[in-house]
Amino acid sequence: MRRILSMLMENEPGALSRVVGLFSQRGYNIETLNVAATDDPTLSRLTLTTIGDDLHIEQVTKQLNKLVDVVKVVDLTEGAHVERDLMLIKVRATGAARDEVKRTTDIFRGQIVDVGPNVFTIQLVGTSDKLDAFVASMVDVDILEVVRSGVAGISRGEKVLSL
Amino acid sequence: MELLSGGEMVARALEDEGVEYVFGYPGGAVLHIYDALFKDCKVPHILVRHEQAATHAADAYARATGKPGVVLVTSGPGATNAITGIATAYMDSIPMVVFSGQVQSHLIGEDAFQETDMVGISRPIVKHSFMVKHAEEIPGTIKRAFHIAATGRPGPVVIDIPKDVTRPDEKFEYHYPDSVKLRSYSPAQRGHTGQIKKAARLLLGAKRPVIYSGGGVILGEGSELLTRLARELNYPVTNTLMGLGAFPGTDRQFLGMLGMHGFYEANMAMHHADVILAVGARFDDRVTNTVSKFCPGAKIIHIDVDPTSISKTVQADVPIVGPVQSVLTEMMAQIDAIKEKDADLPEAASLERWWQQIDEWRGKHGLLTGRRYRESDMIMPQQVIESLYRATDGDAYVTSDVGQHQMFAAQYYRFDKPRRWINSGGLGTMGFGLPAAIGVKLAFPDADVACVTGEGSIQMNIQELATATHYSTPVKIICLRNNYLGMVKQWQDMQYEGRYSEVTYADSLPDFVKLMESYGHVGIKVSKLEDLDAAMDETFALKDRTVFLDVLIDDMEHVYPMHVAPNGSMKDMWLSKNERT
Repeated sequence: MRRILSMLMENEPGALSRVVGLFSQRGYNIETLNVAATDDPTLSRLTLTTIGDDLHIEQVTKQLNKLVDVVKVVDLTEGAHVERDLMLIKVRATGAARDEVKRTTDIFRGQIVDVGPNVFTIQLVGTSDKLDAFVASMVDVDILEVVRSGVAGISRGEKVLSL
Repeated sequence: MELLSGGEMVARALEDEGVEYVFGYPGGAVLHIYDALFKDCKVPHILVRHEQAATHAADAYARATGKPGVVLVTSGPGATNAITGIATAYMDSIPMVVFSGQVQSHLIGEDAFQETDMVGISRPIVKHSFMVKHAEEIPGTIKRAFHIAATGRPGPVVIDIPKDVTRPDEKFEYHYPDSVKLRSYSPAQRGHTGQIKKAARLLLGAKRPVIYSGGGVILGEGSELLTRLARELNYPVTNTLMGLGAFPGTDRQFLGMLGMHGFYEANMAMHHADVILAVGARFDDRVTNTVSKFCPGAKIIHIDVDPTSISKTVQADVPIVGPVQSVLTEMMAQIDAIKEKDADLPEAASLERWWQQIDEWRGKHGLLTGRRYRESDMIMPQQVIESLYRATDGDAYVTSDVGQHQMFAAQYYRFDKPRRWINSGGLGTMGFGLPAAIGVKLAFPDADVACVTGEGSIQMNIQELATATHYSTPVKIICLRNNYLGMVKQWQDMQYEGRYSEVTYADSLPDFVKLMESYGHVGIKVSKLEDLDAAMDETFALKDRTVFLDVLIDDMEHVYPMHVAPNGSMKDMWLSKNERT
């Protein structure tokens, strides 16, 4: 099962390598990874998606918690949550394809953020599934480049991940 | 407040932390620190002959005393040489603080002379690590390092210090903190009361109980409590390789070590148990054999201070996260409370049947009670350990290297006290024994310290004979010499039809007696059984000399019992070359 693990960690050099190193060292997989500073400059928020059953995720969570630089870990998939992945996708857009790509982008509520004589760059935000669906819909379109932010997530309602 | 340079701060902080010895080796990046040690530091430095040995000596010092071992090495090769020893300590959860020098800050990342990314290279084998960026951070970092190393599940901590941070011409205010607070590190202080109550009930209702105790009981100073609990309940106890001595080895309730080379009665009792109380043990693959076949009828109570140890390989029915002392104390109170209401627990008749069964196993194939090793014209390795046990009244500190000799020592030296058996259990590091013995001897100068080794292992850190000369640490090296890498040969005998690929070097061994003499030590060679006891006594009678007892032993002996693998369970064992359960 796909899980979204989100954690607060010390904004220290080497903290990220400890988390990533743990995954490679213990043979766990990382599907996506997203990390950035928070409103508290001493803390970073790291969100990753991984796949595993309950026992596996429990062990991964415990191992993450054991890292001295990791302050708190939460499995967002345990409860209601909002998750977003951001994609920038550059496609060849010439002739009739220009209209077609524009229409599909509108349907997916994406935005064309850069336009050239032969290419469009589209920005799309949503769940990973939605982004996958958009890529899959580009059947007759020449995709030149895809970049995704990886999943970022937050719990719904009052529940917060903070100190 | 006093003004000190970074190098002086390191030296002063070691004093303030109450460090008894620093094991190390100087080099370019740590010259400022060494200068500070030279000028003004009360902590004696032990100059080893290889950085790996510094880590093993510090590690063994920690195992014997319970206090963190301290290592100081230079950057680059000094740091990488320390890696094997750090990994050894990490696998066995030994508290250690390793200071490594680093090239100057402005050179980091430029492939400077003797530069290596120590924080990166050590990352998977440390509990935590620090890179000090500024001298003012030194006291706080050192305080945190010792705190992290010694609390919770202990482990090694690396502090990497660039050379410029220790420069003598820049001085800062020095204050060594009294306490540490880390928002992201708070090991469990006590177990969950509900879980402990549940465990106490399960334990008292057991008909075929076994207490399976590991190295964590020793690290957590829980031996006395565990022994009291076991005796109060009259339950059988088995210890892991790392747990030997946590429960007295000569006690009637002791089943011997369990696992791959565990006692028949210990493995049989585990397999047939209905309740297993695992304390400070981690269900290592050398214990469980095939996990899916592990103790099929047992409910498992698992106490450990590290939550990741619980249900990592074997699912616990009653997990309890907490320090062994507080959990066992609370558990004994719960047991007493339950027994007050129901005096018939645990059920006496069932327990008596269980002990009868265990005694039957013991009588049949127990290493010390039923089965004798094979006869030989040569000295048998087991006889050497028996002789060592006799000569030291079972009260020596015994360090060991890795291989057959290690298993024979674990089986035949009955440790009655914790912290007496010092071996590399998790990583299995050959070359551990001699520097470890030196570390222990420094901690306990008046105690007998023996290093049980083989002629293979001893050569992996034999240069430390010079350290033993330098510091007059009269350790006794008991070498079980069969002229083979014995454990490798055993596997080649059993699984590769006796194809002895690269396991002997009989023609190129040094003359150990002469070698010892050249270092100023004593070498004694013995090859006949009738001479063994006298030679062993002589070895220990030479109180102030390092002695190497070179014992020529039978070269065909295997360590038994041995788990049948792959796909075997706890009860599937080879008992001799042609006999299995």
